Amino acid sequence: MPGAIYAEGLVKSFGAVRALDGVDLDVPEGTVLGLLGPNGAGKTTAVRVLTTLLQPDRGKAVVAGIDVLAHPDKVRRSIGLSGQFAAVDEYLTGRENLTMVGRLYQMSGRAAKRRAAELLERFHLGDAADRTAKTYSGGMRRRLDLAAALVVSPPVMFMDEPTTGLDPRNRQELWDVIQELVAGGTTLLLTTQYLEEADRLAHDICVVDHGKVIARGTADQLKARTGGERVEVVVHDSEHLTVAEEVLRGFGKGEGTVDPHIRKLTVPVTGGAKLLAEVIRELDLRGVEIDDIGLRRPTLDDVFLSLTGHHVEDAECDGAGGGSTDASAGRADAGGGAVGRQKRGRKGAGTAGVEAGVTSDREGVK
Amino acid sequence: MTTVTEAAGGAPVRTVRPRGGVSRSVRDSLVVAQRNLIRMLRIPEVVIFGLIQPIMFVVLFTYVFGGSINVPGAPVGDAQAYREFLMAGIFAQTVTFATAGAGAGIADDMHKGLIDRFRSLPMSRGAVLTGRTLADLVQTALTLVVVAVVALLIGWRTHENILKVLAGFALLLLLGYAFSWIGALIGLTVRTPEAATSGGLIWLFPLTFISNAFVPVNGMPVFLQHVAEWNPFSATVAAARLLFGNTSSRAPTSVTGAWPMDHPVLASLIWSVLIIAVFRTLAVRKYRSATA
Repeated sequence: MPGAIYAEGLVKSFGAVRALDGVDLDVPEGTVLGLLGPNGAGKTTAVRVLTTLLQPDRGKAVVAGIDVLAHPDKVRRSIGLSGQFAAVDEYLTGRENLTMVGRLYQMSGRAAKRRAAELLERFHLGDAADRTAKTYSGGMRRRLDLAAALVVSPPVMFMDEPTTGLDPRNRQELWDVIQELVAGGTTLLLTTQYLEEADRLAHDICVVDHGKVIARGTADQLKARTGGERVEVVVHDSEHLTVAEEVLRGFGKGEGTVDPHIRKLTVPVTGGAKLLAEVIRELDLRGVEIDDIGLRRPTLDDVFLSLTGHHVEDAECDGAGGGSTDASAGRADAGGGAVGRQKRGRKGAGTAGVEAGVTSDREGVK
Repeated sequence: MTTVTEAAGGAPVRTVRPRGGVSRSVRDSLVVAQRNLIRMLRIPEVVIFGLIQPIMFVVLFTYVFGGSINVPGAPVGDAQAYREFLMAGIFAQTVTFATAGAGAGIADDMHKGLIDRFRSLPMSRGAVLTGRTLADLVQTALTLVVVAVVALLIGWRTHENILKVLAGFALLLLLGYAFSWIGALIGLTVRTPEAATSGGLIWLFPLTFISNAFVPVNGMPVFLQHVAEWNPFSATVAAARLLFGNTSSRAPTSVTGAWPMDHPVLASLIWSVLIIAVFRTLAVRKYRSATA
C-alpha cells in the first residue's frame, strides 16, 4: 500500500531545464521524509507539484490517498503547506491571519476564531496575537506561517525549507515544534539544505540533485556509505601543519585532507577514542599546539560529497557562478532583490546524469 | 463527514464541510474582501494618495482650461459650462485608477507568497481575485464621494433627479469594477508590484485622454474622433453626463455617428459587462496556473 505521500516518475521541465527528472517518493504514514539537496535541485518544484500548485509534465502523485492530479481540491483539504518564507499578511494581526485561513478552509467564523486562539497560544504568539505581523520578528513570522498550515490539523504536511534564514535559537524552537507535530502522527515532507536538520528531523532522507533522487535511506544508512570515522585537528599555528600532517599520516587509514586556511587536518581512522588519545599524546610530544581535536562521525555533508563529488555549499556556488550549465539558479539569484520569494522561480539545474540510488562519483567536479 | 483523529499534537482534525460552488465562492470572496479592507484601513496613505490626483485634476482642469475650452451649445468661454462638462470625465478617470490598485495588490500577494498560500487552500478559485476587486470597489466609492464633494464645492451641479444622479454614479462604479479586473490580470502577469503599478497606469492616460472626458471630441482629428467615440471609457462619461444633466442639449449626440454616443447608458453597461466577462475569465484562468 502506498504511503501518505506517494509519487512516481514525476517530470517537470521549465523550458530546457528539467526541474524534476523522474522523481519517485514514498512516505509511510506518520513518518518524516527529508528532501535534501542544494538550491536548484528541484526540492521546491517537488513540493509545488505535491501541493497542487504546479502541474507535472508526467508522472503520478497521491497524497493522503487522493490522486493529486485528478482531485486537487480534495487534496487541499488534507494538507498544510508552510513555505520557505513566511506567507502571512503583514498588515493583518496574527489572529486575523489565522482566522482568515481557517475560514478559507471552510470552517465557520466561530470555529476559525477558536482555532486561531488555540494555535496562537501553542506557538507562543499569545502576547503578539493582536499586533500586525509586520511587527513580528523573523522567527515569529515563521511560527505564524507554520500555525497557518496547521489550522485544520492536516494529516499530511509539507514544509519547504522551514528554517532557512533563521538564527540558531529560532531554528531550535521551530525544530521542537516540528518534532511535537510528528509525535502527534502527522506525515511530513520536509525540504532542507541543512544536513543537520534532515539528520535531526527526518526518518528517511532522499538526496536530490539536478531533479533526481540520487540516494535514499536513513541518515545512518547514508552515513555508513561514506565509510567510518575520522580525526579532525585544528592546529594553533599554521607552521605546525606539516608536522601534524606527518603525525596523522602515521595513524590514518587512508588519504587525509588539509585545509590551510582554517589550519584543519582530517584523516580517516579506525580505533575510536583510544586512538584519539594516542594522537593527542603524539602531537603533544612533537610540540604541536592544537586549538581543537575530535573524533568525527560522517555528516550528511560527507554523504553529499561522496554522492555528487561536491559539497552542498559548492553546489549552490555552481549555480550562481555560471561556470556550469545551470543558468536558472543564477537568474533567480539576480532577479530577486526581495527576500524569500526569489527562490520560487528557481528550477533544477542542468541535466548531468547521476544514476538514482547508486553511490557514484562525478569526476572532476570538485 | 466528520473525522476526528488525533493528529498534530492532540488537536482534533477539524470538520471540513464541502460546500456548494456558489455559496462557497461568495463566502470566500467576502473573507478575502474583508482582509483587503482591513489592509486598507491599516495603510490609509494608499487611499489618501489615491484622492490627491483626481482632486488635483478637478482643480487644475477647472481653473487652467476652464476659460479656454468651448463646450458645444454653450457660450464661448463659459467656465461654468465647462465645469459641468468636465466632472463626469474626472469621475470616470478616477474610477479607472482602481486598475493600478488591484494590479499592485495582487502582484504584491504573488511576491509575498500569499497567492501560493491561497492556492493551497480548499477555497474557491476565483475568490482571491473577486475579494480583491470588491475591496477596490469600496475604495473607489469612497474616493468618488470625496471627489464629488470637492466638485460641488467649486461649483459643479447636477440637473436631474436623485435617482438618475445615483444611476450615473452606479455606472461609474461598474466601470471601475470592470477596470479592476484588468488590473487583476496585470497583477498576475507582471513580476513585481512596481511593474503592476506603472503597467496599470500608463495605458490609462491615452485611454482617458482620447475620449470625450476632458475636451469635446469635435476639436480632434477625424480619425481620433472615431477612436474617442468608440472608446468604452467615453460611453460611461457620456452616460454619466446625461444622467447628471450636465449636457447642454437634452439629447446625446455623436459627432461621427458612433452608436455608443447616441445610446450612452446602454453602451456603458454593455462595455463594462463585456470587460468584466472577458477579463475575469482570463484572470481566473491565469490565477489557476499562477507560477510566480
